Amino acid sequence: MGRGNRRVSTVALAETADSQQIPPRRRTRAAFVAAAGMVPFGVYTTLFLGLPVVAVVVEAFRSPTGGWTWQNISIASHGIYAHGFVMTIELALLTSIVPGIAGLIVANAVLTSRGRILRRVVSTASGVFAQFGGVPLAFLFIATLGSSGLVTGWMKALGFNPYDHGFDLYTFFGVAIVYTYFQLPLMVLIITPALEGLRPAWREAASGLGARSWEYWRYVGGPVLFPSFLGGVLLLFGSALSAYATAEALTSGSIPLTAIQIGSFLNGNVIAGEQNVGKALGVGLILVIAVAMVFYSILQKRASRWLQ
Amino acid sequence: MVAIGEANALIDTTDPRARSTRPIRPAGSWLVARVRTIAWWRGIVLVLTGAFFLVPLYAALRFSLETFSGGFTISAFRVIPSQEGFTAALNLSIHLAVVTTLITLGLMVPTSVYVHLRLPRLRRVFDGITIVPIVIPPVVLIVGVLQVAPTFLKSTSYLLAFEYAILAMPFVYRSLDAGLRAIDLQTLVEASRSLGGRWGSTLWRVIVPNLRTGLLSATVLTVALVLGEFTMASLDLYQTVPVWIYNFAQDDGHVSTAVSLLALVVTWLVLLAISSFDMRRIRRTAQLRKDA
Repeated sequence: MGRGNRRVSTVALAETADSQQIPPRRRTRAAFVAAAGMVPFGVYTTLFLGLPVVAVVVEAFRSPTGGWTWQNISIASHGIYAHGFVMTIELALLTSIVPGIAGLIVANAVLTSRGRILRRVVSTASGVFAQFGGVPLAFLFIATLGSSGLVTGWMKALGFNPYDHGFDLYTFFGVAIVYTYFQLPLMVLIITPALEGLRPAWREAASGLGARSWEYWRYVGGPVLFPSFLGGVLLLFGSALSAYATAEALTSGSIPLTAIQIGSFLNGNVIAGEQNVGKALGVGLILVIAVAMVFYSILQKRASRWLQ
Repeated sequence: MVAIGEANALIDTTDPRARSTRPIRPAGSWLVARVRTIAWWRGIVLVLTGAFFLVPLYAALRFSLETFSGGFTISAFRVIPSQEGFTAALNLSIHLAVVTTLITLGLMVPTSVYVHLRLPRLRRVFDGITIVPIVIPPVVLIVGVLQVAPTFLKSTSYLLAFEYAILAMPFVYRSLDAGLRAIDLQTLVEASRSLGGRWGSTLWRVIVPNLRTGLLSATVLTVALVLGEFTMASLDLYQTVPVWIYNFAQDDGHVSTAVSLLALVVTWLVLLAISSFDMRRIRRTAQLRKDA
């Protein structure tokens, strides 16, 4: 940190020296020329990212006939759509916290083992599995835990049919299990660099001072890891919130999730006059993520204070 | 065992007299017990995780090989290429992967180099902008895109490629950023410029070769993303491979499952090949350094 600050300060010094020598008009022109290199990127992101998002937000407040209205927002926050938001947030919380903790444990187990091949297999495998959402994943689990799946068959053979005890792959908990399949590897990918940053020397120092394993995690490992862990959970939360393909392929919309409801507006299942409710739902999803990020930054600040 | 040896070595180096004055056996046996418990829970964690990830693969493999009479056949795999619409879907997916990769790299490589070289103070802002696509759910983005896109763009699959480049941006920028941090960009560029290299040839012949690892991982991530993307393609009514699998499942679940498995295995093999290619390069560089 110290070195970085010093470098920044020398840059700042150089700048003040520059600003005294170069007349202001030429300086603005230089800044203009420097900014010109960013034009292609700026235009591209404005066209393909900024404009669509602005359009969604604006249209959320307009009626299909034109004119401003709160109607869409009001519909989107009541009835099945409100239920959809609750379900989506519950699912996202469950499938970010549980796979987050599990991912941390798995990553730690892999890193502390000495098998080089194991590490390599796990790192490429988590890369693949983290990307492996959607339709193929749904098929894998239908073959595994569907009503005539392989594991369901094994359990039946043991005299326990999960489908007689309230389990169903096409419900909330079924979808949560399937999401774990890509959420856990995602956490492994995110948390591994942070775990690698824990120096063995710290652990040795701690045990040299007589710390037990849990004391090490409570006072050394935990505080150091906490910010990265939190960031990972936030990313998992966002990925669960916006996951569409897996739930769509698995349930065909039988459980109300906001992402699927938005999609159904595009598929043409629209009541006249409610064309823009989908956009209001989209604004709602973005708001949920924004709130999560605010929580994250507050917790992050707490954590950094804790570290000091 | 190795851990104990190391622990002893540690004691030896930190305090050579410790061995003669203090008995180390208690510490040693405590370590043995601890190493054993660690190995024990690690084994359980790894076996359980392995089962969670491998059993569905095995189940899918069995399901795609099974026949109605209970025997096994690989016909589900053999008939894939001849299924209606599959070749077209595969062509579309590959086409999109190539176009998206070109767009992403063409846009992000010069811009990231430019930011690192000329506008280092904008780096944090740039970081922030490139992370935005993670925050916007694809399903929301496509709603907006279909709202604002002009008709001539909506009628081609290039619209999807343009949007995929946006989706890939966070991952691509992070790979490139890591690569750019690892090289001394300023010196390389100054050297090339003072030898009379133009900007184009500096970028192409000096920076790009040095960024090879970052470019490779950026490409892999983009290709994997495009080949697996379902949300945008299905809502934009284009039949890429994932959309085809979904639509075709109504006809034949066995073949759909077979294609799903194949997609997974092929991606994995490509990633493994690339990572081992990379390892070989690193080892070769290390060898060269040693020789010099």
